[in-house]
Amino acid sequence: MRRMSGFNIVSLTFGLAFLYLPMLILVIYSFNASKLVTVWAGFSTRWYGELLRNEAFLDAALVTLKVGVISSTLATVLGTMAAFLLVRLGRFSGRTLFSGMIYAPLVMPDVITGLALLLLFIGIDMDRGVTTIVLAHTTFAMCYVSVVVSSRLSSFDTSLEEAALDLGCTPWSAFRLVTLPIIAPAVISGWLLAFTLSLDDLVIASFTAGPSSTTLPMKIFSAVRLGVSPEINALSTLMIGVVAFGVVIFSILSKRNTALKLQEERDAVDGRT
Amino acid sequence: MPQTVFAPWENPDEKPLIQFRNVTKKFGDFTAIANLDLDIYAQEFFALLGPSGCGKTTLMRMLAGFEMPTSGKILLGGEDIAAVPPNKRPVNMMFQSYALFPHLSVWDNVAFGLKREGRDKSEIETRVSDMIRLTRLEKFARRKPHQLSGGQRQRVALARSLAKAPKLLLLDEPLGALDRKLREETQFELMDIQEKTGTTFVIVTHDQEEAMTVASRVAVMDEGRLVQVSTPDRIYENPNSVYVADFIGDVNIIEGSANQTGDKVLVNWAEGHSPLVATTAAVLQKDQTCYLAIRPEKIAITAEQPDAANVVQGEILDIGYLGNISTYHVKLPSGHVIKAQSANTRRIARRSFTWEDKVWLSWSDTAAILLER
Amino acid sequence: MRRLVLILVPYLWLIALFLIPFVIVVKISLSDVALARPPYFPQLDLTAGWAGIRTFFSELDFENFTFLTTDDLYWKAYLSSLKIAAISTALTLLIGYPIAYGMASARPEWRATLMMLVILPFWTSFLIRVYSWIGILSQGGLLNTFLLWLGVIDQPLTILNTEIAVYIGIVYTYLPFMILPIYANLEKLDGALIEAAEDLGCSRTSAFWLVTIPLSKSGIIAGCFLVFIPAIGEFVIPSLLGGSQTLMIGKVLYEEFFSNRDWPVASAVAVVLLVILIVPIILFQRNEQKNREASQ
Repeated sequence: MRRMSGFNIVSLTFGLAFLYLPMLILVIYSFNASKLVTVWAGFSTRWYGELLRNEAFLDAALVTLKVGVISSTLATVLGTMAAFLLVRLGRFSGRTLFSGMIYAPLVMPDVITGLALLLLFIGIDMDRGVTTIVLAHTTFAMCYVSVVVSSRLSSFDTSLEEAALDLGCTPWSAFRLVTLPIIAPAVISGWLLAFTLSLDDLVIASFTAGPSSTTLPMKIFSAVRLGVSPEINALSTLMIGVVAFGVVIFSILSKRNTALKLQEERDAVDGRT
Repeated sequence: MPQTVFAPWENPDEKPLIQFRNVTKKFGDFTAIANLDLDIYAQEFFALLGPSGCGKTTLMRMLAGFEMPTSGKILLGGEDIAAVPPNKRPVNMMFQSYALFPHLSVWDNVAFGLKREGRDKSEIETRVSDMIRLTRLEKFARRKPHQLSGGQRQRVALARSLAKAPKLLLLDEPLGALDRKLREETQFELMDIQEKTGTTFVIVTHDQEEAMTVASRVAVMDEGRLVQVSTPDRIYENPNSVYVADFIGDVNIIEGSANQTGDKVLVNWAEGHSPLVATTAAVLQKDQTCYLAIRPEKIAITAEQPDAANVVQGEILDIGYLGNISTYHVKLPSGHVIKAQSANTRRIARRSFTWEDKVWLSWSDTAAILLER
Repeated sequence: MRRLVLILVPYLWLIALFLIPFVIVVKISLSDVALARPPYFPQLDLTAGWAGIRTFFSELDFENFTFLTTDDLYWKAYLSSLKIAAISTALTLLIGYPIAYGMASARPEWRATLMMLVILPFWTSFLIRVYSWIGILSQGGLLNTFLLWLGVIDQPLTILNTEIAVYIGIVYTYLPFMILPIYANLEKLDGALIEAAEDLGCSRTSAFWLVTIPLSKSGIIAGCFLVFIPAIGEFVIPSLLGGSQTLMIGKVLYEEFFSNRDWPVASAVAVVLLVILIVPIILFQRNEQKNREASQ
């Protein structure tokens, strides 16, 4: 592909505007002194103050973070194991069923997953709360993690592991010292994906949550069902800000990393140390 | 001059098919082509030869219409084609990567250009099957490009670009992706097809052997300029510069200062050695720096001191055994290393020279080419 | 031993928390609603041994599925979900393809940034992205205010709580899923192919239709499925933007379960939804398989 015509510039500009304008509007109106969306009554941080005083939101945020951290960590461990199973073990009995169970949750509508898990928890008489949400989130997030990790793992040169074994590593230490550091970027992005999915989830959490374990998306949902709320605008702005900050930091770090690597490679080629 | 030999460039009445008139092409600050003039005649097999980055591909892409000259004119059959877009030019191109459409069969690839012209179905059918027969692809017509070997793909690309019977066919490194043996076979096939169809071919290549084999004329390019345009034998035997002599084939270059008497030139090349003798038609100043270019096959290698115009002694440093010939690297007392070739007419067991042998190298006064730059 | 642990842990986890729940859903879809806790019948009574299992199975029936066909709410909801998903997939393609094409034609040093800009919204909350449209589309919202100010309309349009709002919501939230596979395809497209088409007599437009489109077909198909499949079962978008008139099966299921507490019917709705999804999922897998083979 080469030419950059006027049409391409127009479609890119409009496309990106479409993606970002709604969020930008949200951010701007979170600083609106008025409660109404259309009326601009001057700049104010009033809604941020009210948000911080609203304990229900703070509690929900804590529950969400707790669920997110625990479930994404569990999902990363399980998903990495599943990825090894898929990529390394070749054929084992029940492989088809296993890979089916890994890929199915990726396309399953949330309402079905949520319903099914809820019926299970009721069936085994398990009290609903943070634990059940964690179990639910871990289950679907591990599938995403395993897809991310297995794509990295399938391009992994197994002779590196064999070299480690040849040099006296046990299988476990070969994994810890050689394989894990190399697939680490995939594992980390798997964790981030799992964490985001958990923070984002409304439907499955609504099915599996108990009365005392409302997550932030559930709280937001019940608040916005009735229309625009300036407090939610403020909350959204904070969430968008956190993500934007994280992405900017991450891209700066990775850019510096590649620049450093390039420089090192150039130095190595030139024979400098 | 009787017209048995194909040499339209020697006939002043002949109208060139393509004329580059003072063409310059710049990409930003980089000058890819600088003030270039070139005539290419109908039915020629013209080769653009040079190292990568010399501007030969840019020259070809300007003919195809994918690049516009920054200044100057390109005429096709006497008409300026600057304003004609690629899809309207009677010029077709065979791409280096072949650029076969992966979603279309061989047949549909070949028919692609004809269908764009909106010709009759039956006419297209005949033309496509002719092309497929010409390139011996009958068995593969229904296959998709990924089901073909490299050589077959190359033939599809050729058939596709010939299908519209262009006035001019451009071939961008057409054989670059093939292995050596296939490449040699295909070179002759290309020449055969060029002759059968009577199409003008312009080929871009960095492979000097390929250019020499297929082309009626070769243009050697360097840094956006034409260094020499001539027939393969003249390029080889009468290069106009060290650059061309060095680029085409193997050569020994000896630098020295000239001392001319008539058409004979004595070249002083090293302290304590007698000067080397060469002939030239040029007029050189006294003590002008000049270069002697001597092809290795024109240097004889002997154990006894021979009687010749130029004789030097040295010690064998290395022997490159190539089967039919051997190349000897001989180190002279002056430090020069001279390559000499001799045909292996005897079996290897009775080869006459080995490492560290003292040998004599000799060549006639007409063997060396005297170059001023 | 270690190998066994490696196999068993994720395997058993998925069986316990993915497979068994679905068996339960199927089982309950064959049961009858009851005023009890849990609110369905029959219950499996393992203490009664074989006889208990036999009576349990004999009590199961397809009544709920028959019910789904008789009450037109359900099949209308399925049809309307399919329709909304199909239309919004087409709209997403129309908007996403030019963006992907623009990205692929951009200079290489720009592509990574453009890619990040397209993915970035995906990392922000889905709910918030849907929510952001409420303020824009409502009667007194920004879009209406803007259009009134421009003088294009003289009365505010009703967009929120209609299907149009649902289309906008789906296109907006799923756009990256359409752009990325198409971009991946277009980026690999060899520019020489377009030049070859032009060399053989195509104008730019016909080269686009004859070469670019067919060669990005697999990306288009992948993108369409990635939007179509989740859009069918979508819940958040129709409930926030669609209002009460918009009928989508995800919303019906949710309401059936939480408002009507009719678990067996909700389960039957889920089973039918799954059956509907199987066809596009299999087609999608086939397409992916073909791509993998083609790229090898």
